[in-house]
Amino acid sequence: MDKTWNNKAWFLVLPVLVLVAFSAVIPLMTVVNYSVQDTFGNNVFFWAGTEWFEELLHSDRFWEAMVRNLIFSFIILAIEVPLGIFIALNMPKKGWGVPVCLVLMALPLLVPWNVVGTIWQVFGRNDIGLLGYYVNALGFNYNYVQDPFDAWVTVIIMDVWHWTSLVVLLCYAGLVSIPDAFYQAAKIDGASRWAVFRYIQLPKMQRVLLIAVLLRFMDSFMIYTEPFVVTGGGPGNSTTFLSIDLVKTALGQFDLGPAAAMSLVYFLIILLLSWVFYTVMTNYDAER
Amino acid sequence: MNLDFSWMAWTWPTAAFFGTILLLLCGMAAWEYVSPGGNPRVGVLRFETTRGDRLFLSLLGSAFIHLAWLGLVGPNLWWALALSVVYAIGVFRYV
Repeated sequence: MDKTWNNKAWFLVLPVLVLVAFSAVIPLMTVVNYSVQDTFGNNVFFWAGTEWFEELLHSDRFWEAMVRNLIFSFIILAIEVPLGIFIALNMPKKGWGVPVCLVLMALPLLVPWNVVGTIWQVFGRNDIGLLGYYVNALGFNYNYVQDPFDAWVTVIIMDVWHWTSLVVLLCYAGLVSIPDAFYQAAKIDGASRWAVFRYIQLPKMQRVLLIAVLLRFMDSFMIYTEPFVVTGGGPGNSTTFLSIDLVKTALGQFDLGPAAAMSLVYFLIILLLSWVFYTVMTNYDAER
Repeated sequence: MNLDFSWMAWTWPTAAFFGTILLLLCGMAAWEYVSPGGNPRVGVLRFETTRGDRLFLSLLGSAFIHLAWLGLVGPNLWWALALSVVYAIGVFRYV
């Protein structure tokens, strides 16, 4: 096969490569180096081989955090995706309501993650928090600091509040791109509301939904700030997700070797999932 | 300017690991120079892959093979390495 492009163009991406080298590759190399060694500080390291990886793979703590993380991701996807579609379907398509709804939907996305955590930490407190106080006043024994179930409910509702808007905006973008001719044809055929959704809107939203699921899954799988601010991973370890566990190991216990091994395993899982999602998305595009 | 990389805690085995990755990338670049286009084809996964995709799959799969070996068998990773090489050959041949 003949050359189809000029490889000299690669020089144009050199600045980005240098930037990525310093922001990602060098830190990653350091993590790999740390993962096979032990240290007690002062830049003195001792060879540990694969010990930290073995320890990690046989660690209940790691697998429990992994299962918690997967359950969390599954629950928020199961709530945010249908809810996001429902809200997008019911948003106005023309008139003054469009910018109002779009701004309202965009607002939670503009709030920094640690601020979201702080808002819900105060909101859920049963002494001064609006939510916690009134839920208890209604007769429910709600206390996210002591009860693991309440902590989970709080973290999930917080995530739904923060991120459903993203799904809504993506679905809305998919919906407004459907030409009116499709709806007119459906009307002539006497299609029901469900048939319009099933055979026109849902297929047209498929691509943006895939992106939404990808983004929300990856983000929820790497979630750290919000649950850390609200529950600190507690009560006990009930809301300790992988990233919280990682930070506890790396910065709380200063176990750099085990933390580096955990980071690498975590990184490999994320890399695998990213590849799967990317492949599904690009092949979906190719098929179309 | 005194560049001190001691904080990176380099060891010979990890340096050899990254050296191998670098050599692989250089080899792929040379291959691409000799035979441009990435040799796209549809294999057992039933979607198009280039040789870059196949290298990525080989490396990622090898990492998981090593982890699985460590978790299920033990710390002697030579067999895992051999299995990874066989896996990589399989990926380059059939994927």
